[in-house]
Amino acid sequence: MKALTFSLRVDPEERLDLSALTPAGLAGLTDVQIEKLRVGTTRDPALVGDIFKVTGKDPESIIFEGGSARFDKVGTGLSSGAIRVTGNVGLEVGRKMSGGSLQIDGSAGDHAGSGMVDGRLEIKGNAGDDLGGPLAGEITGMEGGLLIVRGKAGNYAGERLRRGIIAVLKGCGDYAGYRMIAGSIVVTGRVGAMPGYLMKRGSLFLDRRPENLAPTFVDCGETDIAFSGVFDRFLIQEKIMDKPLLGARPGKFGGDVAVSGKGEILFRRGK
Amino acid sequence: MHQLTRNGVLIDDTFAEAFGMRATAIIITAPTLKWARQAAITMTGFATSVIGCGCEAAIDRDLPASKTPDGQPGCRVMIFAMGTDELQKQLKNRLGQCVLTSPGSACFADLEGTAPLDLGNALRYFGDGWQISKKFGGKHYWRVPVMDGEFLCEATTGLTKLAVGGGNLLFLAADNAKAMRAAERAVAAIEKVPGAIMPFPGGVVRSGSKVGGKYKGMMASTNDAFAPTLRGVVNSALTPEVNAVLEIVIDGETNDAVAAAMRAGLKAVIELGPKRGAVRISAGNYGGKLGKFHYHLKDLLP
Repeated sequence: MKALTFSLRVDPEERLDLSALTPAGLAGLTDVQIEKLRVGTTRDPALVGDIFKVTGKDPESIIFEGGSARFDKVGTGLSSGAIRVTGNVGLEVGRKMSGGSLQIDGSAGDHAGSGMVDGRLEIKGNAGDDLGGPLAGEITGMEGGLLIVRGKAGNYAGERLRRGIIAVLKGCGDYAGYRMIAGSIVVTGRVGAMPGYLMKRGSLFLDRRPENLAPTFVDCGETDIAFSGVFDRFLIQEKIMDKPLLGARPGKFGGDVAVSGKGEILFRRGK
Repeated sequence: MHQLTRNGVLIDDTFAEAFGMRATAIIITAPTLKWARQAAITMTGFATSVIGCGCEAAIDRDLPASKTPDGQPGCRVMIFAMGTDELQKQLKNRLGQCVLTSPGSACFADLEGTAPLDLGNALRYFGDGWQISKKFGGKHYWRVPVMDGEFLCEATTGLTKLAVGGGNLLFLAADNAKAMRAAERAVAAIEKVPGAIMPFPGGVVRSGSKVGGKYKGMMASTNDAFAPTLRGVVNSALTPEVNAVLEIVIDGETNDAVAAAMRAGLKAVIELGPKRGAVRISAGNYGGKLGKFHYHLKDLLP
């Protein structure tokens, strides 16, 4: 069966809420029913048929041909199947997704992967602020799964991260891993100021020594551990990296001792 | 007893009798194979027979660095017991005393079974709050800080209920040196069979047993029928030219692994011939009362 494809007819004039267009949300709907779904967010909201030309049948495999920074909440609550967007997306892509795979060929706005629980979200371009982070009033950020950003990420990547892995491959803004509870954040490229600020537990894995670290992180020397080998293999196997990230004997900072001191920043030495 | 002959070696038309067991397998790695083996040998020490040790365990095979999860050399260890609870207890004790303590070691699951057995889950508290949990690639690891860095241990390993214990071969020879040569040849051949271990010292048993004994409380006692010094006074299974008997006991991950191991052992000793090794090969059974797995030697001959 051919993938259910939403081809962008015109650039949307309003922000769209695309949270209904998931495999679970579209299962059993006819083409006509799909075209009548509301996706606009203004007083006179646009319908799917106004924005997209709908072709294909298989709701387990959804493709958005074309994208826009006004595509909000793409793949919200995705639990199985696959969604791919060939362009950019807006806010909260993959929010609360619990399975399946979501691929964005372009860039994403703020709060990408917010509160994600499981599954794989891959953004080939850049991501905005608060990658995987909580919305206002929420206690935890991402709670599981794998979130990969091949470009850059903004500030507060992995805020309140509780479980799962976030990988950012071309550097990120300030406060990566801000107040993180546990889980893992991988960053290659330049890391902004204060990575891991107020982290309780969890790990930041960097390909270089962090430049601007909070004074509440303490040097724990060069670690001689088997874990870095196992984790490097995982990153290569998952095609996140093409060469080892940490290598043997990565350097370690422990912290944030202002909180519990049980977090760690492991980094590749020599850069 | 009806006998067959191969390369001048007599083969008894009998069968080895084996029974179902619970088992698991783990990979122990270290910076060098010497230290991986040291941890594995210590862990599998005093694990020859479930009768007295609670479990039967040994190294299945060595693994090159390219075949282990962390890229360090290692070895695969198998551990067998009669019940799940005992297996868990033995695994936990041996891991904590012998692998956690061994320098540079890391420990991974190597069997996908029907149920999980605790590995790192049971040991993580040694970290006193500094242990780190990591989940990725469908696996769960514990990182426990220790004095040379970190003990990395997978949280659980798998339990199989399809394991078989008690496959065996008896090598009957003219003297001790020849019996030993035959046994060593068999051990070397069986070591190459994956999924099968020989838990006795160096893989060989000299004290083959029968069920029960004249003294109260003895579950097993010397196999007098195969003890050459008793040839005249008991109902012996030995002919005059046999003066030494050694046994190989095999535990396998599956029925097929035990059969493959016995086949390899038989082939090696038959090739050795009666002048240098065993004049006769037999197997231990208890008339079919011990277990449901029967390995007939005639079916396993080369």
